[in-house]
Amino acid sequence: MSADAMKTLNALLLAPVVVFSVTAFAGEDQIELKEGAGRDTVMANCVMCHSIDYIPMNSPFMKRTDWQATVDKMVNVMGAPISQDDIPVILDYLTTYYGVE
Amino acid sequence: MLNRRTFLKGLVSGSAVTGAGLLVPRSLRAGELPMGATESAVWAALSGKKPLIKRTYRPPNFETPIRTFSDVVTPNDQFFVRWHLAHIPQVVAETWRLKVGGDSVERPFELTLDRLKRDFEPVELFAVCQCAGNRRGFSEPHVPGVQWGAGAMGNARWKGVRLRDVMARAGLKRDALEIVFGGADYGAIDETPDFIKSLPLWKALDENTLVAYEMNGEALPHWSGFPVRLVVPGWSGTYWMKQLISISATSKPEKGFWMSKAYRIPKDKFPLIDRFYSQEGEANTPITDMVVNSLMTNVEEGQHLRAGQSTTIAGLAWDGGHGIRRVEVSVNGGRTWREAQLEQDYGRFSFRAWRHTFTPRRGGKHVLMAKATNRQGSTQPYELVFNPAGYHNNVVQRITVEVV
Repeated sequence: MSADAMKTLNALLLAPVVVFSVTAFAGEDQIELKEGAGRDTVMANCVMCHSIDYIPMNSPFMKRTDWQATVDKMVNVMGAPISQDDIPVILDYLTTYYGVE
Repeated sequence: MLNRRTFLKGLVSGSAVTGAGLLVPRSLRAGELPMGATESAVWAALSGKKPLIKRTYRPPNFETPIRTFSDVVTPNDQFFVRWHLAHIPQVVAETWRLKVGGDSVERPFELTLDRLKRDFEPVELFAVCQCAGNRRGFSEPHVPGVQWGAGAMGNARWKGVRLRDVMARAGLKRDALEIVFGGADYGAIDETPDFIKSLPLWKALDENTLVAYEMNGEALPHWSGFPVRLVVPGWSGTYWMKQLISISATSKPEKGFWMSKAYRIPKDKFPLIDRFYSQEGEANTPITDMVVNSLMTNVEEGQHLRAGQSTTIAGLAWDGGHGIRRVEVSVNGGRTWREAQLEQDYGRFSFRAWRHTFTPRRGGKHVLMAKATNRQGSTQPYELVFNPAGYHNNVVQRITVEVV
C-alpha cells in the first residue's frame, strides 16, 4: 500500500504498527562506503530509501553507463528526489570506487 | 558448521573452505558472484530467524545457506527473506483485514483472519517458493540486482484456503481478466511504486493457488508475510504476495511498474509454458513458472573425497509444477551419467530429494554434475541462457572435488 494509505489505515485501526527504521536493522550501521569524493552526496541521497550495501553488492562490474541507468531508475521509477546537480557527483563516485571502466 | 560436517558422513572434507566464517559458495560453476557481493555478505539474524546470508539489510534480503537444503522441507527460521520496499509493518492479527473487491466482482467483502480460517475449506500442500532472481549473482556477464547465490528459495508445507473459493464468494463477473494483489508493505517515500502483482484468471482460480496462513504447521512468520500470503505453486516467488491485504478482480491488465517493467523475460529465449497473455509484450513477458532445476547439497567446491570409500552425493530437484521424472549424476565431468535415486514424493510442487552413491577410485580432480528432467521432458542446459535480469538460471551445476 502507499505510505499515505498506511497512515490512514493506522489511524483508523488504532493498531500499533511498528515500522522498522534504519536502526532496526542493526548491522546496517556498520556498513561503510569507501572514502572518496562524493561519498557524502551518495549517503545523503541513497540511504533514505535503502541500505547502502546495495552499492558494494553490485560491484565491481558496472560501468558508468550501468550506474547511470541505476540512478535514472531510482529517480524516474522509484521517485528518489535527487537534484540534477548531485547526479554527476554520485556517478563519479560510484564509477570510481564501485565500478569498472 | 557442525551440522554440515555431521551430514557429510561419507565425504571427507579436507579443505579449509569453512574456516570460522562464511560458508557462502562463491561459485556454482555457472559463473561466480561479483567480488563485492561476496565481501558485503555476512551472517546476520533477523528477529525470529537463525543467521542467514545477508545480501541487503533494508529492504531485507537474506539468503538460505546451502547446507539447510539437506532437509527437503526448509525450516521457517532459515527460509530466505525477500522484500522490495523498506517499510514492513508488524501486522496485528486482530486488526488485519483482507479486502476482496475490484470492478469485476459482484459482491465486494472483507475478511478477518478468523473468518478466513472458518469460512473456507482448509487445504495443505508442499510447494517451492523460489525468487525469480535466484542465482542471479552467477550471471555472466553480471547484471544489477540483488546478487543472490543459490539459496533464494525454500520448500514448505503451506496451509490456507483456495483463492478460487474466496473469489466465488465475491462473485466474478464475466469480464474478469486478472486478479490483483496488494500487501501491507510500503516504500520509504510516497513516490515509490507500491508492490502490486497480478495473476491471470486461470492461474488465480487453479485449485492449488492458496491464500495461506500457515507454514510448516506454524502461523506464517513475520518475514514470510504474517498473517496471510499468497501461495502460487509452480510460479516464481514474485507472485507470492506477503502481508496480503487486498485482492481485486479486474477487467484490465494491471499496469504498475512491478508487472509492466519488472520481472519480465525475453520471449525468444525460453519456452513459454504457462502463458500470461494479458501481460505479454512484443519482446518480453512476465516470468511465470519455474524452470526445472537441481542442486547438490552436501558437497562443496574443492572438497576432498577418499579413494575407495563409498560416497553419497545428495541434492534436490524441482520445477514449475509438473514434477521430477529423473535426476542424473555424473562424477566425471559429464562423460557418463547415472540415474540418481529419487526420495519420497511430496507432490509435484515440492522439492524432490535425491541421492547417488558411488566409490571414487582414481585420485585427482573430478567434476560432479547433476541434471534434473521433469515429467514434461524439460531438462537443464549446460550453458547459461543470458537475460538482462538474470532470471531462470538453471545451468547444470559443476562441483570440482579432489579424490585423495
